[in-house]
Amino acid sequence: MTFFFAGFTILLMALLVVEIGVKAIPAFREYGLHFLWGRVWDPNKDVFGILPEIWGTLYTSLLALFFGTIFGVAAALFLSEGYLGEAVFRMLKLVNLHFHPFWGKLPQRTEALLKNMIELLAAVPSVVYGLWGLFVVIPLIRPYCNWLHDRMGWFPLFSTDLSGPGIFPAVFVLAIMILPTITAISRDALVSVPPKLRMAAYGLGATRWETILGVLLPTASRGIFGGIVLAFGRALGETMALAMLVGNANRLTVSLFSPADTLAALLANNFPEAGAKEIPVLMYAALVLLAITLVVNIFGAVVLERAAGKATAK
Amino acid sequence: MSNVTPMPAREPEDSGSQFIHKMEAIAEKNPLEGVNFDDLEISLYRPRTALSLMLTWIVTAMTLAALIPLFAVLWMLIWRGGKKLSLALLTQLPPAPLEQGGGFGNAILGTVIMVAIATLITVPLGVLTGVFLAQAPTNSRLAGAVRFSSKVLTGFPSILAGVFAYGAIVLATGGYSAIAGAIALSILMLPTIILTSESAISMVPARMKEASIGMGATGAQTVWMVLLPTAAPGILTGVMLAIARAAGETAPLLFTALFSNYWLASGGHFNVMQPTASLAVLIYNFSGMPFKNQVELAWAAALVLVVLVLITNLIGQSFSRQQVQQ
Repeated sequence: MTFFFAGFTILLMALLVVEIGVKAIPAFREYGLHFLWGRVWDPNKDVFGILPEIWGTLYTSLLALFFGTIFGVAAALFLSEGYLGEAVFRMLKLVNLHFHPFWGKLPQRTEALLKNMIELLAAVPSVVYGLWGLFVVIPLIRPYCNWLHDRMGWFPLFSTDLSGPGIFPAVFVLAIMILPTITAISRDALVSVPPKLRMAAYGLGATRWETILGVLLPTASRGIFGGIVLAFGRALGETMALAMLVGNANRLTVSLFSPADTLAALLANNFPEAGAKEIPVLMYAALVLLAITLVVNIFGAVVLERAAGKATAK
Repeated sequence: MSNVTPMPAREPEDSGSQFIHKMEAIAEKNPLEGVNFDDLEISLYRPRTALSLMLTWIVTAMTLAALIPLFAVLWMLIWRGGKKLSLALLTQLPPAPLEQGGGFGNAILGTVIMVAIATLITVPLGVLTGVFLAQAPTNSRLAGAVRFSSKVLTGFPSILAGVFAYGAIVLATGGYSAIAGAIALSILMLPTIILTSESAISMVPARMKEASIGMGATGAQTVWMVLLPTAAPGILTGVMLAIARAAGETAPLLFTALFSNYWLASGGHFNVMQPTASLAVLIYNFSGMPFKNQVELAWAAALVLVVLVLITNLIGQSFSRQQVQQ
């Protein structure tokens, strides 16, 4: 009997793809592949193209992934190498409490607490991050961004000024949102490196960072990479924070301070008021988003599975 | 290191034992003779030690830089949301534009109802699929496919769940409703419940299952009376995590449950087939409004939502601690 329920999951996935696909057929017939590189979105003239949205989706996600990865992996190293515990231990040693029955446990406790808190932060809803970005981040970074634009406006990345929502605040908040995911998965991968490898590296006289860069990171690289790909999938499909922060302007731009649009934000903003004509077009855009995220997610799942298989084979 | 005794060169005519004698002669003298201990001490003048220390500081600084915004989010929530929080806020209806006061009682109720319906749909489905996966032989093709598709569904964009529910439910029933919102949420909850209940059930010791079958229990009896009760804490952890995720989702509700300024039962009788308010959509809608009162309400609603989500998460984690202790 459980057989039937298990089949349901596969059925559900097929149903998701088919449902969105079938509803998109009228738009596909009418606009064909030209839809993918059209630059104009004008419901009044029935002209639709989503090139700026595809570009915006990939541009914001990749930038956020770049920053999220650097800081996320650094935080994972910090948490897995016991730096915090060491610092707390040293402080306890100053007041001579490092073997006290209660205070002596503090180093491990602070590490576990920080790890749990970072994992909890992954559970904060994206609309809350969006709210924070809208009312805290944008007013905070605006003077600095406009200063950059005034001084270095010739540089394509800074070619417009930040008048409110834009790509940079969106990337900033998105990077913060995917950071806990990357940190949690990378930390798991680093902790599950067999201790004998670390001991062997220390035994050969490697310093701590020679061990980290030469042994630990390469060994954990598959797990970390799988985590990065999953975070990329999350960034691509992220809707609310981007719909609130990216500015929803149908613009094809590399400037960090210009408003732009993403596929998910396009859906979120246009679906509630869409007419009968616009809905197949939006379904088509949803299908494009589905295709991009499915490819990324399947790739990530395969990489993580391989990494797990390799770890158990050892 | 230049004044260390050099290794004797192995000349071609030396036999193996002669070479060993040469080595022993050196070792008997004093193995550490000529080693300059200053060279071995940690010194910042040596590039590799300096680099190691520098990288340590860089990583520490980067971690702190990453943590500041993460905790700034929580701090701003408590500061800006807590200012406005009161009991009236949790029980009253949302205000009209330019109106003062008001609250978001109907949004809290709507979120709770939709998540409850979604939980009722997903828990039986997800747990039974988990049972199937845990019981399936390791080389089962179907189990592999199910496991893979639920892993892929974990990363399914939430807005697409909304698009699906819009196409399948809203267009079919002819209107926005709490049911459509709940179905969109259940698509997002299902993979979490499947994967956690699978791992919880496969952690039940094999001897318990064998003992049950040995005493003559049928397969179904073993599942109901041995596997599920033993794995219950782990399964509940998964359910709580899924609930916490669903409660915070906005995108799937935007155009399935829409929003409403009234109670679900406002027409005199309780009806789930009408547009329904939720905390997440309220935050989104009110944050875009130019009125101060609405923005303050959005912050307070965000605080309530985060507190609800974090409490659900913590309850889930406490269940998993019970399982470890068993």
